[in-house]
Amino acid sequence: DGSLLFQQVPMVEIDGMKMVQTRAIANYIAAKYNLYGKDLKERALIDMYVEGMFDLNELFMYYEIQPADKKEQHFANMMDKATNRYFPVFEKALKDHGQDFLVGNQFSRADVQLLEIILMAEEFKPGILAKFPLLQSFKARISNIPTIKKFLQPGSQRKQPVREEDVPKVIAIFY
Amino acid sequence: MSGKPRLTYLNGRGRMEPVRWLLAAAGVEFEEVFLQTKEQYDKLIKDGVLLFQQVPLVEIDGMKMVQTRAILSYIAGKYNLYGKDLKERALIDMYVEGISDLMQIILMLPFSPPDAKEKNLDSLKEKATNRYFPVFEKVLKQHGQDFLVGNKFSWADVQLIEAILAVEEKIPAVLSGFPQLQAFKTKMSNMPTIKKFLQPGSPRKPPPDDHYVETVLKVFKR
Repeated sequence: DGSLLFQQVPMVEIDGMKMVQTRAIANYIAAKYNLYGKDLKERALIDMYVEGMFDLNELFMYYEIQPADKKEQHFANMMDKATNRYFPVFEKALKDHGQDFLVGNQFSRADVQLLEIILMAEEFKPGILAKFPLLQSFKARISNIPTIKKFLQPGSQRKQPVREEDVPKVIAIFY
Repeated sequence: MSGKPRLTYLNGRGRMEPVRWLLAAAGVEFEEVFLQTKEQYDKLIKDGVLLFQQVPLVEIDGMKMVQTRAILSYIAGKYNLYGKDLKERALIDMYVEGISDLMQIILMLPFSPPDAKEKNLDSLKEKATNRYFPVFEKVLKQHGQDFLVGNKFSWADVQLIEAILAVEEKIPAVLSGFPQLQAFKTKMSNMPTIKKFLQPGSPRKPPPDDHYVETVLKVFKR
């Protein structure tokens, strides 16, 4: 039907546009709802943090579709990156400014994305935040924001982690 | 400290080339530091200069920026190459992200094992001619303007001309079915800042060769 600009999903119909490309969509929503910092420099910081999180998210996303003989190594690599490359950065950011939110003392998409990635990481390894006290309190604090609290409750539009048995279906649709 | 942006990367295109293009298109002069050894790279990491222990790194306006998209967004925003409002921005973002997916194929080509090279080249040709170029051909045809978005030069135009030239290096006749893109290519190539960037002696880097691949593997070896 020609609805997908580059023949791919995600696709989000919003404000008369048929938007594709996850980052473009997320950028638009963040800016529209004032979750993108107050100026260019805060935006730059948010973008850096969020891009790092996207990289980690990609590792998580591709875990389930790894062939059996590559799964263990992939798991070790993603856990290593989470605990040695990404989480220390956000722990330090929170420690350095002592504020509730990652950027500009104001709730932004960086906080949303960080909570999302923390929860995903914990699904893979429950104790993963053991060495990150500030991320633990960040997690508790952001989870209690009313809109987020609601999203974390059963019955919301939040989706379950992909199950191993669903992977062939995904592959059949896209590949 | 000159006040010019300073780019740290290998002496080659890789993930830094779109940044070079965008700064050049905006008429912004910059300095470059080239990583040639693993020791140089390890030192950068040890000095805590790389937020996620990765390059590209662009020092600009007092920030040590990493993550190519973050860097490009900042430059586009700063130099008014990001549209006039949120919706134009959204369109630019969609186009740029699509082109980035295409460029990712080119980025990976030199690193494919020899038996996969031809398959990957076919994939490039297929994606360029069936998925990406038709979109921009159609956009240009529909509004009949010189630039992709909002009748004004933007990041999207820079990204597209970069991609067209990069694909043509691999597949010389790739634009044969795309008259609008051919005209676009000519127009963009003649814009003063871009024309300058396309001349010998500019910061533009040559296509990756074996020496570049060797350096990448050496510097980033873990």
